Amino acid sequence: MNAFWDFIITSIPLGMTFLYGCTGEILTEKAGHLNLGIPGIMCVGGVCGCSALRLLYRSGLPPILIVLIAIIAAFAGGALMGALYCLLTVTLKANQNVTGLAMTTFGVGITKFVMNKLAIVPIRYLYALPYFRFPFAERTDALKYCGIMVYLAVIIALSTSYVLSKTQTGLHLRSVGENPATADAVGINVTKYKYVATLIGSGIAALGGLFYIMDYSGSVDAYKKIEALGWLSVALVIFTLWRPHLSIIGSFVFGTLYIVGSRIPTLLNITMDMSATPLFEMLPYVVTIIVLIVTSVSKKRENQPPAALGLPYFREER
Amino acid sequence: MMLTERRQKTVKKNDKTIREPLFRVVKRDGMPWYKSMLIRLIAVLAALLLCSLLSIFMAKASPLEFIKTLVDGAIGSTHKLWKFAKDTAVLLCISLAITPAFRMRFWNIGAEGQTLIGALASVAIAFYLGGKVSDGLLLVIMLFASVLVGALWGGLPAFFKAKWNTNETLFTLMMNYVATGLVSYCLVCWTPTNGSVLPRLEFGHIPVVIHEYFLIIFIVLIITALIHVYLHYTKQGYEISVVGESENTARYIGINVSKVIIRTMLISGAICGLAGFLIVGALDHSINTETVGGMGFTAIMVSWLAKFNPVIMLGTSAFITFLQLGSSQISSTFNIDSSFPNMVVGIVLFFIIGCEFFIGYRIKLRESDKKGGNKQ
Repeated sequence: MNAFWDFIITSIPLGMTFLYGCTGEILTEKAGHLNLGIPGIMCVGGVCGCSALRLLYRSGLPPILIVLIAIIAAFAGGALMGALYCLLTVTLKANQNVTGLAMTTFGVGITKFVMNKLAIVPIRYLYALPYFRFPFAERTDALKYCGIMVYLAVIIALSTSYVLSKTQTGLHLRSVGENPATADAVGINVTKYKYVATLIGSGIAALGGLFYIMDYSGSVDAYKKIEALGWLSVALVIFTLWRPHLSIIGSFVFGTLYIVGSRIPTLLNITMDMSATPLFEMLPYVVTIIVLIVTSVSKKRENQPPAALGLPYFREER
Repeated sequence: MMLTERRQKTVKKNDKTIREPLFRVVKRDGMPWYKSMLIRLIAVLAALLLCSLLSIFMAKASPLEFIKTLVDGAIGSTHKLWKFAKDTAVLLCISLAITPAFRMRFWNIGAEGQTLIGALASVAIAFYLGGKVSDGLLLVIMLFASVLVGALWGGLPAFFKAKWNTNETLFTLMMNYVATGLVSYCLVCWTPTNGSVLPRLEFGHIPVVIHEYFLIIFIVLIITALIHVYLHYTKQGYEISVVGESENTARYIGINVSKVIIRTMLISGAICGLAGFLIVGALDHSINTETVGGMGFTAIMVSWLAKFNPVIMLGTSAFITFLQLGSSQISSTFNIDSSFPNMVVGIVLFFIIGCEFFIGYRIKLRESDKKGGNKQ
């Protein structure tokens, strides 16, 4: 039983990495932009947060402030990447898929570069862990992973869900993603909505990178895994049918699926051949494919992606 | 009183919104090719300038040294020239594979997985049948297995896209990771004690003609020609273009859209599988999860940069390979981190992606300003 709780509680914070990326990507996709740069953005977020910590760890500021600055730095880094993405896809009307993939190449490259520079003092990362894991840092069981950023992720997801479905701003944003020409005709500033949604979305996604490096794993090499986790976040968007409040549950499911392979022996108290682990690691992707197929076969209107997803909008072309 | 004030305010506000914006964007009708090439050249030069500035900042190398090392690293010696040609050929092969799909506006970003699974099929055949059948026959079976599995990997998303309009971008993306998972599973199975590193295969080597890399380059050149002819001079190639332009038009003139989508993706996946076979049979003779190493994604850029034209792709794939090899030389010479090539390619791509705007559109300044003469 203990092993089971351990397993459940560990998969919650891992899922939060996906939740940040997923909420960010949902915001962007609601504005009609399929941002494949999310993995790169998450990496950059991690690196910005770590750089901020590296600069501040000796400054004598109160810990809570340092954590806050790290979060803001990660958000700003992500938003900056989002701005670059918007400049290319919204203003310069470039192809979204190509731009997104270039962002990922660039983001992963720059992250590796900076992290290797920072790695000279690896131990300095760990010093921040207790602050990130407030208020459970002192505990020895799995609950110690559930720090403030876990709650922050849930709060962000819930408020995004509220804004999208209950406010006028959300309505406008969704209409931009469904049919920008109509939105434009009604007087909604399409460009502004696209920019703001993508900037905020990228910033939120970037927090996922920071969370994974600084909080969940707390190791210097953690950035190497972020790219794969980032793609899973993009997958989670489909899994949860573009609904941020569902993605809280979805992220937990993905977190469980992601680690279930390595936990099964302890869970069921059996000795298992470790060769099956890679097969379990495939699970989240296979599940996403199945969900993708099921939603497209059922053809329910409210489960479809935004209609103008991936299409550039040029006013003179309608 | 209040009312008039408010009205005045609204009038003022309206006044502001009515004003023509400072500039607006107009689509260009067309541009002579030399002009568009010039714009792209300027973009590349600007990007390289930025990269060299970066290298000054990081390694205290002058821009001239930067360019010299870049060129030297890519094509500095006969050996490097062969390596350059080989890398270009592999990248070109994968780019060619995704091109038919992209011309159809089918966003296949699963070339990585399709190639990897093709490579896995080759390795599996060589692993289990190696030594039991003659080497020639083994190669033929490997080829067939790779092509078949690659086609399956590409055809599956296409089937669902054609039948139920399932989002192909995300489907193909997920298939990449399923392929990676299968590779690591097979590695664990095949190397029980060896820590998941598969030793070099003894069987199933493509024979060496003239040079180690000659045959693979030659094969890819033939594929380039075939794809070019297929896309530009056959009925099927024409059908692909029509479906890409407008599915409704295609349906209206009696093209079976589902059939075209599935057929094109089978071809696309099959060529990816072939690329996997070439990588295993002629180069690596082994496999790991990094065998394709992101080339499936780079290929998308290569194909897009060439406007999905196989012949131009010769140039763009060479260009990207040149950048990668050259900048990895820079990173080792000046002791910059090994991730430097990624950054260089990323920066150059951003500039090229951005410059396409100036080829497709032009900026018109506000005209009333010129007429009114209130320009300052």
